[in-house]
Amino acid sequence: MTGDMRQGDALMTLEGLTKAYPGVLANDQVSFSLLPGEVHALLGENGAGKSTLVKMIYGLVKPDAGQMTLNGEAFAPVNPAAARAAGVAMVFQHFSLFDALSVAENIALGMDNPPSTRELASRIREVSQAYGLPLDPDRIVGDLSAGERQRVEIIRCLLQNPKLLIMDEPTSVLTPQEVEILFETLRKLTSEGTSILYISHKLEEIRALCEHATILRHGVVVDTCDPREKSARELAELMVGDKLHVPSRDPAEPGAVALSLSGVSMPSPSEFGTDLRNVSLEVRKGEVLGIGGVAGNGQDELLAVMSGEARAQDGSITLAGEEINTLSPGARRARGLLTAPEERLGHSAAPEMSLIENALLTGSVREKLVDRGFLRWNKTEKFARRIIEAFDVRTPSADNAAGSLSGGNLQKFVIGREVLQNPDVLVVNQPTWGVDAAAAASIRQSLLDLAHKGAAVIVISQDLDELMEISDRFTALNEGRLARPVPTQGLSVEEIGLMMGGAESDEVAA
Amino acid sequence: MDLGQINPLLLLASLMVAATPILLAAIGEAVVEKSGVLNLGVEGMMITGAVVGFAFGVNTGAPSIGFVAAAFAGAALSMLFGVLVLYLKSNQVATGLGLTLFGLGLSALIGKPYEGIKAPTMAKWEIPLLSDIPVLGPIMFRHDPMVYVSLIIVALTWYVLTRTRAGLILRGVGENHNAAHALGYKVIRVRLMAIAFGGACAGMGGAYISLVRVPQWVEGMTAGAGWIALAIVVFASWRPWRVLLGAYLFGGISVLQLNLQAAGVPIPVEILAMSPYLITILVLVVISLRGNHGAPGSLGREFHATH
Amino acid sequence: MIRLEKRPQPSKVWGTLTPVLAVIATMIAGGILFWMLGKDPLEAIRTIFWDPLFHETFGPYSRPQLLVKAGPLILIAIGLSLGFRAGIWNIGAEGQYIMGAICGAAVGLAFYPSESILIFPAMVLAGAIGGWAWAMIPGVLKVKFGTNEILVSLMLVYVAENILASVSQGLLKNPDGMGFPGSRNFRDFPAAHNTDLIAGTGMHWGVAAAFIAVILAYILLTRHMLGFQVRLTGEAPRAAKFAGVNPTRLILFCLGTSGALAGLAGLFEVSGPSGQVSIDFNAGYGFTAIIVAFLGRLHPIGILLAGLLMALTYIGGELAQLMLGLPGAAIQMFQGMLMFFLLAMDMLSHYRVRWKTPAAAQEGAN
Repeated sequence: MTGDMRQGDALMTLEGLTKAYPGVLANDQVSFSLLPGEVHALLGENGAGKSTLVKMIYGLVKPDAGQMTLNGEAFAPVNPAAARAAGVAMVFQHFSLFDALSVAENIALGMDNPPSTRELASRIREVSQAYGLPLDPDRIVGDLSAGERQRVEIIRCLLQNPKLLIMDEPTSVLTPQEVEILFETLRKLTSEGTSILYISHKLEEIRALCEHATILRHGVVVDTCDPREKSARELAELMVGDKLHVPSRDPAEPGAVALSLSGVSMPSPSEFGTDLRNVSLEVRKGEVLGIGGVAGNGQDELLAVMSGEARAQDGSITLAGEEINTLSPGARRARGLLTAPEERLGHSAAPEMSLIENALLTGSVREKLVDRGFLRWNKTEKFARRIIEAFDVRTPSADNAAGSLSGGNLQKFVIGREVLQNPDVLVVNQPTWGVDAAAAASIRQSLLDLAHKGAAVIVISQDLDELMEISDRFTALNEGRLARPVPTQGLSVEEIGLMMGGAESDEVAA
Repeated sequence: MDLGQINPLLLLASLMVAATPILLAAIGEAVVEKSGVLNLGVEGMMITGAVVGFAFGVNTGAPSIGFVAAAFAGAALSMLFGVLVLYLKSNQVATGLGLTLFGLGLSALIGKPYEGIKAPTMAKWEIPLLSDIPVLGPIMFRHDPMVYVSLIIVALTWYVLTRTRAGLILRGVGENHNAAHALGYKVIRVRLMAIAFGGACAGMGGAYISLVRVPQWVEGMTAGAGWIALAIVVFASWRPWRVLLGAYLFGGISVLQLNLQAAGVPIPVEILAMSPYLITILVLVVISLRGNHGAPGSLGREFHATH
Repeated sequence: MIRLEKRPQPSKVWGTLTPVLAVIATMIAGGILFWMLGKDPLEAIRTIFWDPLFHETFGPYSRPQLLVKAGPLILIAIGLSLGFRAGIWNIGAEGQYIMGAICGAAVGLAFYPSESILIFPAMVLAGAIGGWAWAMIPGVLKVKFGTNEILVSLMLVYVAENILASVSQGLLKNPDGMGFPGSRNFRDFPAAHNTDLIAGTGMHWGVAAAFIAVILAYILLTRHMLGFQVRLTGEAPRAAKFAGVNPTRLILFCLGTSGALAGLAGLFEVSGPSGQVSIDFNAGYGFTAIIVAFLGRLHPIGILLAGLLMALTYIGGELAQLMLGLPGAAIQMFQGMLMFFLLAMDMLSHYRVRWKTPAAAQEGAN
């Protein structure tokens, strides 16, 4: 293994780190080392143990066994403050930000001995300019875009002059252009001697940025490599440990317009949400429309306005020619428009209720699970079992609580619940977010099959590779505006980036 | 009816006395809610503070000892709530209600032997020079020490919340407990301290009713003051100075209705007596029209540290 | 070192065991309390929990009282439990109880001394409407303006108490009462009197209504879409909205139903056991019912049992007051304690308690 040879001049070494949770061995004898000034990728599927590992380095979780060294000395942080004092900083996947507080207050909370407010503000301006990430210290964080919010996190780390910067899925919220800026910043940092531990499942990015990769599977280091020498497919197969199933598609001729939105505007129901502005789209029977975009650009609002959870203030929504803007979610389901929101726990499913009850949640109308107000539990149970069987949901029984299923299994259940109701139009938001690769592949396949059978499918996703793989036409959300859809075939990364960044789609298509 | 009986100077002076119990309870609860916890047990802590403060005040003859004891009693009771909510993850609304019911029972039990006794009087502080200012002097500067203590607590709360690191951490914990945890802050410890502070304030507020305002012990004497304090926190958008404003406005209303009753205004006593509650409802409606701006992001949510 | 670990799904076994454990813990803690008050703890516990039912002298008097006291508690708690399950917190049942009683009694008294058999049904209807209307105030304010229903419903208790004080000395005062406050006694007004259905059992119309409410609530929650929507809203409000639950209708339904049931309880009480509208006829049932609802785990059958148990503590408390000189407030505190133990133990059904030993690691788990 290369790890042993690199240990002599390493910035940090991990030796036999092990952490068990009830029923799960999250990390099993993980060892590797990090050189000064290198970008080291930590690769693995969801649940491979990446997050647990970095939380141990950051002092949030104590290892059951194993040692770490930093600059040749034993390193065992008791809490994040100790890790920060030793020169370790971390940018979180789900931002550790406080919406109602200002940028400066957010940054002060991430530092152990912040200077006075005025001095801090000027240092924020200084550092953010130096690294090409401009930030106004007085703005309220809740009003910032996702990209700007990430800057807050990064600046918070940079102000501590870290020796090691940990980044957990930093690009999931960025447009390709913003990713470029981020990479510039990171390269500048490494040239100054900072090491970066970079967690991602985006393989092309890792190939572009990282010099070394450690691959985790089920909590074990299965391989190390130089990602620049491997293809993305090879990396993926190392991660999954299996040959990947690529969804097959068999595009049908698009039919009549099934669902259309024209000039839809809606103020966001949540305080720090994004308003929809003049959104228009059409989706035809038999086609998959992909909607890309960085998180927090109106995805939840767009789904809500289609599902019937929210009403458009302006514009119209028509389903097979009928205006449905004032209809309730139930009435829309009856007419063939089904949806699956992003958040599984608490939105598309009730975590503490059984799978049977969760089958009833959206199935009551189309599957006729209610008779004059009274519930038909036998029929509901059969429907739940049908979903479990057809979509290979791994659960001891249909009586189990939805929250007890793994993310991938619950998502298969949610998607299956909608697909089995034979929708005319299906809208899904982030269908494979946090789902393991095998489940993701089967979910994508089921969406393609549904379209092939003649349904219109809208997939809202942050995962561009996914959209490129399954959609016929592509568009993107930016600050609540939707670009004009263009055919996916032959679309370049630059064009996608421009659409996600809000450039008018005409220029892109031209 | 004789409205001439109502002396506006006395009215304003007694306004401060009437407002002090609610002010104390509300400023404490504002801090608790700023840390992300909703404690509906204010009424229970107040009434317990009222009886414990009264008992200590009577037995020692020193109201100041009564207040200290009331603060401890309120804090102790709030710790019961804190442990249940923070460690045993019980529902905050239900536990707060339970605290109120428990406090009402506990206080009735403790208070039996003290019914019908008069409280020791608390000397007024006439602040030198200031109390001699015409008009303002008698209104503002000739009160018992607790009135000033309550104002100092409001000022300190404002200062700590907005100007210190401890306050920033408290606000951070209340705004997003997961983020605060990820940055290494002790969410539960911060909240426990906030809850104890809220309990101590509510206890003192209750003691002010039994030792100064009434002053004797009557079962159930807080009569919803704790709930009104909760409403004032909402009214104030969780800001200390607006808590002061809300409490004094409310104090003004209750003093005014008592004065109108005494002056024999031809409005039925019951309508005057229910007016503070009706006005509280009205204020709540007006505030909800404005929207719930300023509510801490994690208010009332359960916190369970993930790995 | 003890650690809590969230169960993947709530344990059904612990769900039924915790109320029992809470009662036992309360008995122990209550025993200590009584001992501190200088009483024999075992005797006190026996007086409260055993003697009202089985004592030779007091039993025959106490047993009917059990139903008399449990009836309103169960009726109110059933209504409250619907809202509590959906996360709608009506804590002003006491006010709705008072308003139901006033409205129902007013209808009856307006027809004094008529002997029509329609009077009692009309009173029942008016009682339900009175409580319903009083609960609709927080309901409408919540759906129209988003006003917090906890605070509004509670404020309205104090308003209702003042109205009660006013009418019992004014509008509804007994004209033949020689100036004493309080209305005519319904015992002297047979057409409007809520008597025992079976003499000497305490089984009056209110108790019957309580049993019916238990059955209907059970059917609603387990077999009906509306009950499913109530549960769903409580478990996952966003999922409920996604499923198509209309939050406005649900809030009004829950508040309205709990108000109507509390109003009924008030009317049955005032026209039966209490006998007249008086300034203090209400005995805090509206608040105690909150404890009953939780002790019954918001489940209709549980509430039935919890209501009976809580009624027992009332009667036992009175007996203990009489026999042992135990202060009446001790029982109130005893009930509060029960609520606390219950909430504390509830944790057992949602969390597993682990003593810090390295958990056995399993291969192949994700």
